[in-house]
Amino acid sequence: MASTPPLDFERPVVELEQKILEMRALSDTLDIQPQIDELQAQIEKLRAEIYRNLTRWQRVQIARHPERPYTLDYATHCFEDFVELHGDRTFRDDPAIVGGLASIGSNRVMIVGHQKGRDTKTNLYRNFGMPNPEGYRKAHRLFLLAEKFSLPVVCFLDTPGAYPGIEAEERGQAEAIAQNLLLMSKLKTPILIIVIGEGASGGALGIGIGDRILMLENAWYSVIAPESCSSILWRSWDYKEQAAEALKLTADDLVGVGIVDRIVQEPIGGVQRAPQQMFEQMRSIIIEELGSLTAIDHDTLVRNRREKFYRMGVWTG
Amino acid sequence: MAWFLRKTRNISESHQREMPDGLWTKCPDCSTVIYRKELEEHAFTCRTCNHHFRIGASKYISVLLDEGTWVEADRQVRSADPLDFVDTRPYKARLKEAYTRTDLPDAVTTGSGILSGTPIEFGCMNFGFIGGSMGSVVGEKFVRTCKRALHRKHALVFVSASGGARMQEAALSLMQMAKTSAALAELAEARLPFVSVLTDPTTGGVSASFAMLGDVIIAEPKALIGFAGPRVIEQTIRKKLPDGFQRSEFLLEHGFLDIVSHRKELKETISTVIQLLSGTNHA
Repeated sequence: MASTPPLDFERPVVELEQKILEMRALSDTLDIQPQIDELQAQIEKLRAEIYRNLTRWQRVQIARHPERPYTLDYATHCFEDFVELHGDRTFRDDPAIVGGLASIGSNRVMIVGHQKGRDTKTNLYRNFGMPNPEGYRKAHRLFLLAEKFSLPVVCFLDTPGAYPGIEAEERGQAEAIAQNLLLMSKLKTPILIIVIGEGASGGALGIGIGDRILMLENAWYSVIAPESCSSILWRSWDYKEQAAEALKLTADDLVGVGIVDRIVQEPIGGVQRAPQQMFEQMRSIIIEELGSLTAIDHDTLVRNRREKFYRMGVWTG
Repeated sequence: MAWFLRKTRNISESHQREMPDGLWTKCPDCSTVIYRKELEEHAFTCRTCNHHFRIGASKYISVLLDEGTWVEADRQVRSADPLDFVDTRPYKARLKEAYTRTDLPDAVTTGSGILSGTPIEFGCMNFGFIGGSMGSVVGEKFVRTCKRALHRKHALVFVSASGGARMQEAALSLMQMAKTSAALAELAEARLPFVSVLTDPTTGGVSASFAMLGDVIIAEPKALIGFAGPRVIEQTIRKKLPDGFQRSEFLLEHGFLDIVSHRKELKETISTVIQLLSGTNHA
């Protein structure tokens, strides 16, 4: 099923899979089903082995896998009646941030998330998931709409960063993100954050303040992408692996420092191998999380949310 | 070996340096040589071309606060290197070097003082300390300053100068953007004024959080202000940026600043704004 080239560390698995295909071609004339079964078992074992011992940089690569589900996939597969809402009412509709109304279980919700494209054409349209200020302002509008109608907000984070362009600066990228941080710190409705792929810096956090922060097993979230970190601190693009290690950017790492509340396990090999399984799992997790959040009154919710972020950081004195 | 080639392309040092403390200082813009006393009288700006020198907290305290009113708080708050971060050097070594070289507590100095008779809570970033980068310490001290403002019902004045988030604290430094913004939400609910002063440079995580959330935002002339740094933008769009791009005057024109104020007039401007917002009078 893989239409994209495999990641480096998956090559041993792919080679064995290739072998099975070759054997199948011969199986018309020979009965080699037992050998195929054995090889298949070997593949599963090898894959499990590889995925148990991923380095941080390998996880970054999985987080960027072009077949991973994006926000609109979750919106249409985990929720019912998704109605996409467009535009910031000021400048334009930014396709790099999507949002809309939906229902899930007994909840009506507002969905907001970054959106990447899958091929050159859709990636150009989505600006590779890098929002402009109008994207953050669309999110701002939808947050207020959610609060007005007491809808919990579910945010899906997946961006290589806010777009660093001339027009983005002219239209106030910094101000747009800052306004969202302020609004999300006082929004009187539950906010559930789920990091599904890349959580790059302010561009991710710009829709990322919430009561509960969930993160997929192979997603990454940090202040900067490993490549850019390498170029700044090592003054070379060649230290991305070391940068990824130093940044401690995986879900496991972030649970350790109190940023992420819950890790969402992925199917072995990454969510792209079994998206349907992930959608079902995600659906029940969202219903469960919203169940506990909607039971809390809004003032307590906001106070706890602020306290949660006040605790973040490590200092002495 | 060519003598003119630098051994290491060390961007941090030359760009981070604040004003030297010598008796005579040469203006980097117009080359006028200025006597120290004269520089002080002009609030550390060049009398010939109005160049605003990069100065740290101690000089801003003398420029903005009434003499003898400054009380520093939370100087003991220090970075703990939670991630054991090592790039070409350990973060711990970078911190130690910065403490020794600058004699500063971190990239921000916070406390209380009186500005033209009005008691305020005050914070000022130190660009000379690891590029004014925001890590756990900056975030925590910012929140404590807001809490003091809430407790004492004072206005908050905060002077920003920062290259962005402190990379060596990774996701923890990113979260300081959220943490500082949350504290400002509380200040807003208590209807206490927040005057945000942007100086050269204010970029990255600081600009995309508290710096851009002032009730009134004032910038010094020609300060570099933006989300992405100019080099990152040039690399992305593969074009040279126009002159004056991301400077204070550009932001004023595009609607992201209230006022561009010469440093010599900054104190009076802030004082007037606070009085008009909150109705406090001169003592």
